[in-house]
Amino acid sequence: MTTLKQTPSQTLGPFFAYGLTPEQYGYAHRGIAGNTLAVPGVPGEHVRIEGRIFDGAGAPIDDAMIEIWQADTDGNYADADRDEAGSTAAFSGFGRCGSDDDGGFWFVTIKPGAIGDGLAPHIGVIVQARGILNHAFTRIYFADEADANGADPVLKSVPENRRNTMIAARSEAPAGPVYRFDIHMQGDDETVFFDV
Amino acid sequence: MTNNPYRPRDWHSHPPSIYPDYKSTVLRNPKKPLIPIRQSLTEITGPVYGHDAVGPLDHDLTKNAAKNGEPIGERIIVTGRVLDEDGRPVPNTLIEIWQANAAGRYIHVKEVHDAPLDPNFLGAGRFMTDESGQYRFITIKPGSYPWGNHVNAWRPAHIHFSLFGQAFATRLVTQMYFEGDPTFAYDPIFNSIPDEAARQRLVANFSMDLTEPEWAHAYVFDIVLRGRHATPMED
Ligand SMILES: [Fe+3]
Repeated sequence: MTTLKQTPSQTLGPFFAYGLTPEQYGYAHRGIAGNTLAVPGVPGEHVRIEGRIFDGAGAPIDDAMIEIWQADTDGNYADADRDEAGSTAAFSGFGRCGSDDDGGFWFVTIKPGAIGDGLAPHIGVIVQARGILNHAFTRIYFADEADANGADPVLKSVPENRRNTMIAARSEAPAGPVYRFDIHMQGDDETVFFDV
Repeated sequence: MTNNPYRPRDWHSHPPSIYPDYKSTVLRNPKKPLIPIRQSLTEITGPVYGHDAVGPLDHDLTKNAAKNGEPIGERIIVTGRVLDEDGRPVPNTLIEIWQANAAGRYIHVKEVHDAPLDPNFLGAGRFMTDESGQYRFITIKPGSYPWGNHVNAWRPAHIHFSLFGQAFATRLVTQMYFEGDPTFAYDPIFNSIPDEAARQRLVANFSMDLTEPEWAHAYVFDIVLRGRHATPMED
């Protein structure tokens, strides 16, 4: 039995940028996280993740905030590395990006390692925007991990014809690998969202 | 999924995802049922910050962007505790807030409301909760502002709050309102929460005990995040 009731969720509204993603938009305020998670020298395969977010009419959502939380290349999350002084690991594993006028967002990061329990490499995602009263949880999986994806218990729990909404396609660009991850809030290709 | 470490979101406390009176919800939220997930490390860990993440003025919105004086408006203290459903404090969690100025104007470039900006006020701050889950901000009471949802639509004065607690699963983004606001009954965002008692949990109460003489009114806003199940799941 719980003794207290949860505080209700509300939308972050359209005007979060100067508070949550200020540097991205040139506001004179220091943010706690941006969309570059991995600077040169961080171990692992450096990749870019990019995508667009769309509403149920197919229109780009230009005031969304996408947050990602991921393990490092060895499959470890940064919070396990916290020392007694509260210092954190060089690779924080947390990133934030506001969407642009085309609904576009991108992250510079590393591909995470598998965290165990038979789970394929993946990234946790939280989607918010004006009009979203309860943030939406999804995951990014990687198309070049077909064997691991095929054994992943979370992917297997999703209807087969919807799994591809979470699997980012890989392409090779001059600057390095790019994974494409579009988010559809509704529609025939509605992204899988979880009741976390 | 009763064997998940964290208790589920309490859908009696949270709004529905699609609430047509708040028009932007209609096309922007999932229509297919959410899929249950067995919480893994991805959900039960979360972003962590050292104490260097918070600067000395980050909690004081009357000072953290001041250029040539104090911001205009009613200075207030906003304080409270972050707890879980079992009443346990949530320490060392970063709270981020953002808000309109006293005139009801956000500094955001796309905000078009015809009210003045304040050169000494940005409207963003952060605080790391202490060992007892306590936080405390100094700010300016935000004004109510109009929005285009329907004719004569005004948001009750509010401060946006964002925090993670101790896990990705316990993330909460919400809005704190002020006791006695005359526009509550007309606001679809506030009223998207179906339960009256749950709505009242977003309303900060004036506290004479915490009000500081000759200086500032105080408002108290406690935040309750999802708790852990009593028996930790191990396998
Ligand atoms: Fe607002």
